[in-house]
Formats: sequence, C-alpha cells, structure tokens
Amino acid sequence: MELITIILAGILMGAAAYLMLSKNLIRIIFGTAIFSHGVHLMFLTMGELKRGAVPVLDENVEAYADPLPQALILTAIVIAFALTAIILVLALRIYKELGTNDIEKMKGDPYAD
Amino acid sequence: MLTNILPLIPIMLPFFMAVIMLLVGKRPVKHRAIAAIGGLILIIVSAYQVFFVYQNGMYVTYIGGWEPPFGITVVIDMVAAILVLTTSIIVFFITVFSFQSIGEPREKYYFYAMVMVMLTGINGAFLTGDIFNMFVFFEVFLLSSYILITLGGEKLQLPEGFKYVLINLVSSNFFVLGLAYLYSVTGTLNMADMQMKIASYEGDTTGLTIVAIVFLLVFATKAGMFPLYSWLPNSYAAPPVPILALFGALLTKVGIYAIARTFSLFFVDNVEFTSTIILVLAVLTIISGCIGALAYLDMKKVIIYNIIIAVGVILVGFAIMDAAGSIGAMYYLIHDMLIKAALFLLIGVIIFRTGETNSERLGGLIKVHPVLGWTFFIAGLSLAGVPPLSGFYGKLFIVESALDNQMFIAAIVVLLSSLVVLYSIMRVFMNVFWGEDMDFDRLKDVKMDKMMFSAISLVVIAVVFGLSADFLYPLFEMAAQSFYDPASYSSYLLEVQ
Repeated sequence: MELITIILAGILMGAAAYLMLSKNLIRIIFGTAIFSHGVHLMFLTMGELKRGAVPVLDENVEAYADPLPQALILTAIVIAFALTAIILVLALRIYKELGTNDIEKMKGDPYAD
Repeated sequence: MLTNILPLIPIMLPFFMAVIMLLVGKRPVKHRAIAAIGGLILIIVSAYQVFFVYQNGMYVTYIGGWEPPFGITVVIDMVAAILVLTTSIIVFFITVFSFQSIGEPREKYYFYAMVMVMLTGINGAFLTGDIFNMFVFFEVFLLSSYILITLGGEKLQLPEGFKYVLINLVSSNFFVLGLAYLYSVTGTLNMADMQMKIASYEGDTTGLTIVAIVFLLVFATKAGMFPLYSWLPNSYAAPPVPILALFGALLTKVGIYAIARTFSLFFVDNVEFTSTIILVLAVLTIISGCIGALAYLDMKKVIIYNIIIAVGVILVGFAIMDAAGSIGAMYYLIHDMLIKAALFLLIGVIIFRTGETNSERLGGLIKVHPVLGWTFFIAGLSLAGVPPLSGFYGKLFIVESALDNQMFIAAIVVLLSSLVVLYSIMRVFMNVFWGEDMDFDRLKDVKMDKMMFSAISLVVIAVVFGLSADFLYPLFEMAAQSFYDPASYSSYLLEVQ
C-alpha cells in the first residue's frame, strides 16, 4: 500500500513538473496545485498507512495509525489553498494588465520605455 | 505550566496591529499611527527580552500548557532575541520611511497591515521551537511578501512577482516534503527533542543526510545561495524601495537563520559532507555576488548583489560552525541586516529625489545634499567592513575561524570580497555624489525629512553597533553557543522531563 502511494506521489510530482515547465500561466498554476497534492500524499504515506485502528483513544486498541501527519497535512492543505487562490488572482491581474497569459511574451527589457 | 505571554508579544502584537488596521478603514493617517506606535512598543519589548535572556538564560513557553515534545513551544534563546530586536528596529524605521515614499494608493490598500503580517511571520520563524510551526510562519511571511511584491500592480511588478511566487511555492512544497522525511526518520517535530534523539542515536544516519540536502535546497532558495539565487535580483528590483529594503534586509536572513538552526541541531552526524557542501556553495555565492556587484551601475542592483555577497560571507561562518565561526556569522548577520536596510533607504532617498536608479546619470549631488552624501559614505565603509565599523568584527571572526580550520580559499575569498564590496559601493558614491554636476533642475521637490530621519538613524545604529561590538560580545558569545553547542539549545527539555 505504501509503495503504491509513493509511486502515485512521484507520478503527480512528475506531472506537476511537466505542467510548470509550460508557457501558459494557467497550466503553471495547475502544476503548483498538483505538486502540492503529490507532496501531501507523500506526507500521508510517511505516517504509515494501515498500521492499525483509527487514532482514537481507546483502552482496547493498541496499534494506532499515526495521527500527527494527518493533522499536519490539513494545515499544509489550507496553506496550499491560500497560495493557489493568491496566484490565481495574480494571474488574472497579469492577464488584464499585460493582455497575455504566455510567459514568453512577458519578457523584454523592463527599463526600455 | 502556564502559557507565558511575554515571549509571544513579538508574534501577537504585529498580528493584532494588522487586524486593527484592517478594521479602522482606509485612511492612511490611522495606519501610520498604529504602525509607528506598535513598532515602538515592539522595539521596547524585544530589547527587554534581550536583557531578560541575558540575565536569566533561555526563555521557553509552552502554548496551551502542552508539555514538550507534544505541544508547540516558543523558545527565546539569545539568537532569536537578538534577531527579533534587529528586525523590530528595521521594520520601525522602514515604516517611518514609507510615510513619505510609498505613496497614498499603496497605503490605502493595506501596505502597513501587510508589513505587520510579514513581521508576525518573521518573528514567529525566529522564535518557534517546532519545525512544522516554522514552516507555517515561513508561509505567513511569504504570503504577505507575495502581496507586497505585487502591491500597486505596475507592469514590471506583476511578471516579476509571479516568478517570485512560483519559485517560493515550489521551495515551500519541498519544505513540506523535507518535513515529511524528517518526521518519518525522527518521529518528532520539536526541534530540541529532535536534537536529543539524533544526538543519542547510534545507528546509521544516511537518511538524515538526504533530508539535509532537501532542507538545504529549500533554505538556499529562500536565502539566495548559489546556484539558486538567480530569481532574486530581478524580483527584488521590481517593487518600490521601502518594500525592497524590507525584503533585502529581512527575508534572505530568515533563510540563513533556518539553515544555521537546522544544520546545527539536526544534521550533525555527517558534518564533513554537509558543511563542505555549504562552504563550497557559500564561496561560490560570494563570487557570483561579486560579479553581479561589479557588472551593474544601477544603484538598486549593486546593493541587491551585495546582499548575495553577504549571504555567502555569513554562510561561510555557519558552515564552519565552531565557536569563532558562529560568533562571526552572528555579528555579520546583525550588521548586514542593519546596514543593508540603511543603504536601501539611502539610495531610496536618492531615487525619490532624482527619479533615477542608474548612478551614471547622476552626479555632484554632494553640493545639494552633503549630509546624505557623507552618511552614504560611512554606510559604504561600514558595509565593506572597514574597522572600527560594524562589518569588521564579523569578518574578523569568520576569517580567523576559516584560517584555524585550514580553509584558506574561503578565507581569501571572504577577504577579497570586501575589496569588491568597497569598490562597487564607492563607485556608486563617486558617480552619484562627486563627478560632473547633473542638471539640478531635474531634482524633484519632495518632502523628505522623515525619509532622511530613518535612513540616517539606521546608519547611526549600525555605526554604534560597530563601535560597541566589544561591549556586546557577551551577548553574541551566548548566541553563538546555541549553534556550536546544540545541546545547550535543547537543555530546556531536561528540566521538563
């Protein structure tokens, strides 16, 4: 089970790298979102899946799944959500201001004019 | 086991100030008043904290009364106390500088609130004793820095801001990944607890070295180390000067602090490998910063490349991580924060007065602004480390410890970099203040008394810091101990258990 999720995390990160290397702003943003999904999946795997019962305190249960990574991922997901929101707004503003979503066309000498 | 409020003030106070600013409406006057008063209170509190830590040793509080290693701790050792004090001083003077320079539209759109949120994040990253909490505070100040770098939405700011956001997003994701690895290897997140576990572990620690490289990748991106600094110069040059000063003086330094903290506490088992990597990268950072500083005549760019040089010099000290190296790196870190902020504000005054950033197009300004000119001259000398000004002591200790450890190339590069720094900054000085007179009618008629006040005050503070280095030595010795003797950092856990 761990192996499958680790491979899945790797695939997600690879896809993210592909998307982030493209020239379209929206693709880049999707890339960052998928990248954070891959990272979070990896984090989840680090808590060891399927080790025991759910992490609820109970005298009869002795083997728990580690609850801490799950709590940490929740924080990380919220942060990733905020970052995606802000970068989307930024992309919208860039599109309105510069009239393009192709990063190649944003280049040029900024001090020229 | 009560939560003590005093160590939390540097985190909570700026946060509440930001919230109040969001609530009181858009009138800039109110924001200015809140920012200035809050900044002053913060300076007083953090100065008291330095004094308190000096008297009583490390100061720890457990949030919510949860005992470590389970709860989040806030740990004020001397390093954190000094850094928080320096940060508060710099932010206060930059806010005063912004009153006249940032412009009303930006002020209305919550510039000061964002500065305060950034201050929350920076202070939190310095003070926290929990590695995941450090990530959260990194995100807090990065989020507000994303807004600050694009605030105003000028055509140059937007693409550069996007690049900055993207680079930091990727490195933040790697931070989470590194945390995942670190947690799976050590099973704890409390930094002191982690140090004790790693120090007492007997087995194979190859896994930790891999984690160390992931962390180095993350923090090197934030700190602007070779070869990951290439985003820095253009992105930093895009926003207006007060924001540039905040970024240049504070953000890269948080990255350096994080490198020093993690590599002194966690990654101690394979020191030959990790410290060699940091040392080599630091030397290359100095060299590439020197090339940039020599290549540009644009005032902003020259000082930005000087940031990169300073990052390299500080990291040489932290890579060696013995007593002298750590003391030197701490001295140089504080010196560089102060003097970089001062220099950015000084060139900010010049830019606002003349409307030019290229030093070639200026000249003869000493006739109009003698005070500004000579202050800039002193700041330049101080930046290069001319004794007895503040840069000298840091470099002295760093070079001494490099020579003690037979790292001659590093020592020579650090020494030669001083010459490059001196040359690059004096070239700017001579172009702007001496030389052929520019057309003085082109000077803009702007009010600049507050700008001059904060720029000159920061230079004065930097000079006083240099002159009183001997007097402050006990503080820095205490601070450096956290780095070269990591057991002293985690000693507070022994009292609890």
